[in-house]
Formats: sequence, C-alpha cells, structure tokens
Amino acid sequence: MRIINHRPSRGISYFTAILPFVLLIVVYAVFSDARLEANPDDKLLPDATSLGNAVHRMAFEPSKRTGELLLWKDTVASLTRLFIGLSISAFIGLTVGVFNGIVPWFSAFWTPFVRVLSMIPPMAILPILFIVFGLGELSKYVLIIFGTAPFIMRDMEQRVRELPHEQIIKAQTLDATTWQILLRVVLPQVMPRLLEAVRLTTGAAWLFLIAAEAIASTEGLGYRIFLVRRYLAMDVILPYVIWITLLAFVMDFSLRRLNTLCFPWFGKNR
Amino acid sequence: MLSLVWEEPVSLIRISKLWKSYGAKNVLEGLDFSIDANEFVTIVGASGCGKTTFLRMILGEEEPSRGSIEIDGEKLIAEPGKDRGVVFQRYSVFPHLTVLENVMLGLEFAGSKILCRGFGSVRRHWTQRCREMLDRVGLLASANDYPNALSGGMQQRLALSQSLVVAPRILLLDEPFGALDPGIRSDMHVLVRELHRELGLTVLMVTHDISESFYLGTRVLVLDKIRIDPHDPDLYGANITYDIPVRNPLDDIAGTFGEERGVTQYE
Repeated sequence: MRIINHRPSRGISYFTAILPFVLLIVVYAVFSDARLEANPDDKLLPDATSLGNAVHRMAFEPSKRTGELLLWKDTVASLTRLFIGLSISAFIGLTVGVFNGIVPWFSAFWTPFVRVLSMIPPMAILPILFIVFGLGELSKYVLIIFGTAPFIMRDMEQRVRELPHEQIIKAQTLDATTWQILLRVVLPQVMPRLLEAVRLTTGAAWLFLIAAEAIASTEGLGYRIFLVRRYLAMDVILPYVIWITLLAFVMDFSLRRLNTLCFPWFGKNR
Repeated sequence: MLSLVWEEPVSLIRISKLWKSYGAKNVLEGLDFSIDANEFVTIVGASGCGKTTFLRMILGEEEPSRGSIEIDGEKLIAEPGKDRGVVFQRYSVFPHLTVLENVMLGLEFAGSKILCRGFGSVRRHWTQRCREMLDRVGLLASANDYPNALSGGMQQRLALSQSLVVAPRILLLDEPFGALDPGIRSDMHVLVRELHRELGLTVLMVTHDISESFYLGTRVLVLDKIRIDPHDPDLYGANITYDIPVRNPLDDIAGTFGEERGVTQYE
C-alpha cells in the first residue's frame, strides 16, 4: 500500500499529537539538567522549580515596586490593544472590502490603492507612527490596524466577488435595491468569511503588538519579555511565551466555534 | 364607439433585428420575432449556439450589440428587473437563508425598503403567503431547512417559488433541470406546466433537451446557424431556424391541452 493511503486510527492520532510536545519537554529537561549540573547558577535553561517560582512571582505576588500582579496587568494591557486594533481593522476591512467587491465605481478608486497599501511593510512605518501618533496607545493600535486591515480588505473584496453572480442577478429580479442587496445578500454571506479573515490575521496582529510593545511601552506581554531579556531571565520569558501561545490558541479556537455557532449554513456547501 | 382600425394585440416581448457579437465573434444575428402573453416558449439548440446569451439579454444581464428588445412596448434597459423572474441551473437560492426566508425575501425587498424586514401582522401575512407558495410546490415540510439540506430538485422548486411569489410577468428559465436526475426532472416538468397554467405565466426557457422542449413548450424555437463559413466558424451567428407552434397557449391556460399545429420553417 502507498504511504499516502496509510491513516492512523483515532486513538493513535491523540498519541501522535501529544508526542512532539513530550519530546520537546524531555529534550529541554535533559539539556537543562546538563547545564545546571555544570553551573547551578546558569540562567539559560532554568529547571521546573525556577520556572514555577517565576510564574508564582509574576502571577500571584504583588510587584515590589508597584504592588501589581504583573502577569495579569500585562495580559489585560496586551489583550486590550489586540482587541481594539483587530476590531477597528475588521470594521475597516469589511466596509472597504465589501464596497470594493460590489460597487464598480468604488473599486475603480480604491482597489489599486489597497493593493499598493498592502505591500508596505508595517514595521517599516513604525517610526513614522511613533513620530506622528506619539508613544502612547494610539500608535500601537495603528500599527496593528496597518498590519492587518489591508489583508482583510483584500480578502473581503475577493470573498464578495466569489459570491455566485446568479445570486446578485436573482436579487435584482426580486427588485432589490443596491442597499437591500448589501444588507440581505452580501453582508450576511461575508460575515463568516470576515471571522475567518480575522482569525487568520491574529498571528500577524500578535507580531505587530509585541514589536510595538518591545520598542515603546510601560506594560504588556511583549514589553515584559523584552524588559527581562536584559537580565537573561529565561525563567520569566519562557512562561510568558507559553502564555502568549495559549492565548493565541484560545482566540483561534473561539473564533472557529463562534463561526459554526452563528452561521450554521456556512461550510456545508463548500 | 366604433373603432375603424383593427389593432393587433401588442405582444409582450418584441425582439427586433437583434445582433450580439463579442469582438469578431458573431453569436446571434438578426433575431426578429415576438412573444405573446401566456406563451411557453422553449429555445433549443446545440451548446454554444447563443441561446443562453439570448436569455441573458432578455434578463438584462447583457446588452444587445444591435437591435432592440421591447417589453410591453418599452425598450429594455440592460438591468435585471422585477418584471422578469429567473431560475438558473445552479446558485439561484441564497444559502444563508432558510427555505421560508428565501421565499419571503422578495416580499421583504418590495415591502420594506430600508430595514428589509416585516414585523407583526405584516410579517404574519407574508409568512402565510410564502407558506401557501411552499405548499403549492411541495416544500412546506422543509420550510425551516437551509438549502444545503435540500436535494437538487427541491432547490429548484425553491428557486421557482422564490421567483413566483413576487408575481413576475415573465419567467425566464436557464436550463433549470439540466443537473437533475431523470425521475425528478419529469416531476419538475409536471410542476412547471401546472404552474404555467394556474398562474397564467409567460415563460421563456432555454434547454438542450428536445423532448423536454416539446413537452413543456407551447412554442418551440430552434436556434442554429443558417450560414456557416468553414474557414471562419465564428463569422456568422445563429438565428431561429424553426419556429414550431406546439399547442395553443390559451388552451393550456384553460386547462385543456390543444392539438398540435403546423410547423413553420424559415428559409
């Protein structure tokens, strides 16, 4: 039998899914052990105890300087930025994308512009954002928006154009106005696709968020990682990275669930 | 009062010297005929002969290159409108709406310009009308299902009722049963013929199935190229080569199927 026709059973699938993680932990433990054996003060690969201590310190003990629980403070700050940035991005992306997709005269002005806009590397204009919008929250929102909105605009435009032309014709034979077609035919059908686009851009949004926080911030998950880097505090960095990964995973999962819950018709006829 | 001039009844659709070409490729040349109210006209022809292009021009999706189409004496503008309902072979229904919502959409478009929704007694009235329509086409049991849960035949029934609920003057059918199983197709034939009779519809249907065209149509138009240049097959477009009256449409409307009439052959 060909390799492409061998499939693991369901039970084995769980095992194979967990195995790489276990392997990673084992390899880490072995190397960590070896380094700590040679030098008990080594900071590069901390063992489980020091990782646990760091987590406890960051999450459950008030900071000596400010009296705040740093991990939660950072998480709230970062998630707020991410949420505001992505929401604005989704709104702009939906509006521009839908009009580009359905109104030829709108598209004549904005489709080429959006295409060029999406080619600008967002990180390259970060200095401009800091200069124009200052070092506060606004420049972080704008970086996230600039990094994700052009993709969502282009994706939405594409999704609107993918709607079968027959549907738009049919709606017109039912005497629908442009507004009515937008409201009842186009928008409801691109909403699940908007959630998909937002889900796919969360990765990029995290990248821009952490970059902005690393450069100019006083709180946030990215800020903390880059701050403690100066002290080679791997015992803080590693839990933070795992925490960020977990947050990203939960966001991805809930956006998926939201889509199947809100739009039961979506995905079945594709 | 005496009228001295006998006026011909104005035909519902008047096609005058209609040409359609894409660049150097001529698709249709010089179509010139009329369709009266209550006729069920089927257009047959080989694939690529331009029959769907013709239907699209009636629909308003495409513009004639030359000539004109008049409906009720008014020149057609190239935009779909409420006087012409349509059922395509696929994608005629909206996947994000349930069966009932699909049918109600036309009433909502007409009755609620901004919100596009009915409330209270208006909505109950619309729901009632839609349920009657669904009952007529045999879909009442599936009223709350999404189209992706329906079979191909049921989806076409839905597409039909969706168009008919707003009472268009002309119903355009673009190979609507082409993708259906033979058994289901004949069920659909019976339904469409009954609807034509009950509602007094004017139907224009494109198909490549000749037996279907004769069973359904009160008049069959055959579309083919009259002239062929073997060195340049795209030089000449298609025209109507046969115009065959099958039954008297008024007999159909009255409920008795008329006898077959003579065959007119052009050229």
